[in-house]
Amino acid sequence: MKNCFRVHPDDNVATLLEDAEPESVNIIPAARPVKLNQPVTLGHKVALTGIAAGGPIIKYGIRIGMATEVIHPGDWVHLHNCASLVDERAATLDAQTGQPTDTPYE
Amino acid sequence: MNTKEETWTGYLRPDGRQGIRNLVLVIYTVECAQYVAHGIAEGEPASHVIGFPGCYDNAYAIRLLLSLARHPNVGGVLSVGLGCEYTQPARIAEVARQSGRPAEWLTIQDTGGTAESIARGRELIGQLARQIRHDAKRTSMTLADLTVGCECGGSDGTSGLAGNPSAGAFFDRLVDAGGTAVIEETVEMVGLLPLLLERGANAKAREQLAAAYAKIEAYARSVRQHSIAPGNFAGGLTTIEEKSMGAFVKSGSRPIQGVIRVAERPPQPGLWIMDTVPDGHFMQFGYTNPNDSEGIMDLLSSGAQVNLFVTGRGSVIGSPISPLIKITGNQKTYRRMKGDMDFDASRVLAGEITLDQAGEELRDLVVRVAGGQASKSEQIGHREYFIMYKHQDTPSRTDGCRG
Repeated sequence: MKNCFRVHPDDNVATLLEDAEPESVNIIPAARPVKLNQPVTLGHKVALTGIAAGGPIIKYGIRIGMATEVIHPGDWVHLHNCASLVDERAATLDAQTGQPTDTPYE
Repeated sequence: MNTKEETWTGYLRPDGRQGIRNLVLVIYTVECAQYVAHGIAEGEPASHVIGFPGCYDNAYAIRLLLSLARHPNVGGVLSVGLGCEYTQPARIAEVARQSGRPAEWLTIQDTGGTAESIARGRELIGQLARQIRHDAKRTSMTLADLTVGCECGGSDGTSGLAGNPSAGAFFDRLVDAGGTAVIEETVEMVGLLPLLLERGANAKAREQLAAAYAKIEAYARSVRQHSIAPGNFAGGLTTIEEKSMGAFVKSGSRPIQGVIRVAERPPQPGLWIMDTVPDGHFMQFGYTNPNDSEGIMDLLSSGAQVNLFVTGRGSVIGSPISPLIKITGNQKTYRRMKGDMDFDASRVLAGEITLDQAGEELRDLVVRVAGGQASKSEQIGHREYFIMYKHQDTPSRTDGCRG
């Protein structure tokens, strides 16, 4: 089983340590495995619990953002469903690639 | 913990500073002199080049150039100007000489054209290189004599889990050995004020940290840009708060002694934060941390003889003046860019080594590089640099006087 890492016991997300398909992944340190609902790549986050829209995303034991829609256990957590509480520009970036959409090139 | 004393032989400068490399630094004072400066340095292997591109001078840039002209790894200086810019090559050479370093200068307009200036510059740089080789006083050094900076760039989801924690584990060892550690990137401490205050060594340090934090909040709001880039998002980082926590881990766990500013040397050993952010009333003049090389230049100005660079996505940069040691916590990056990476921290995530072992290994690597072993970017010849217009009050944030 592939591994993902939960930094702090309060965290409701864990970080994938390798690329994974929709499959069950092991949580380090030991916790119940979670089944991914989509492919999630190395370094990206998976939800370990359900999170209500507007609820906090917790990593390193601190709030790193806010859910912008309902998040289910096993969901990939990223720009499409999680927003910074301070970074206004991030909301305008392409949700998949993170590339800017607000700068004209011609 | 391993307490064995590692020593190596470094260079004792006339001003008492101790370096691990013995270089002639070529400093150009306007973009118009850049080609000639590089042409001069091409003829001398023991030389590095930096420069400031602007024609109008800037107090921050001058302070930075002067701190680098007197950097512990720099034995001698050659400054090269075009001849009509504000920044004065003769003044830079004079300050270097006052520190006991041999220094020369020339302007292109007075010397002739490109060919004449390169030829004259090569004569001067040859003399300087011979002189610093001949006059170099050798000295025994330990980690207590070392200042090490750490920057991160191209961060991804592994940086906060492996790369930066490994750097932090090394920093704890460096500080415990009596050495000095410096990080900057205060713009990547968003959301971490309580944590910063907890780490402050005393009331003064906490006050400085609170002021630096208030500044980054106002700064990021003002320029509508946080220190997070498309590659960070692609690598799994979703918010600046998440990136900040992962970046701050590189500070390790020891108390923060206080906040220094660009071109300021840490007044005593221990862990320091460098504030590189432009000051409030000058915020309209653009971004802080426009790229990784700019941050590394600022770290160099603290006197760092070695810098660590933690990269998840992968970067190939190096640095003039001080060796750059590149660390990645991403196994894919390490495999893909092995020729550029000095340290594979992904082994921590794979469970092959503990974080403590990573800290030990990094310490051993820093000692070897300090003792003369070339880092990967040194071997390849990467010497990226970036000095820009920036406005910072000086000497301290609290007295409101602009130097």
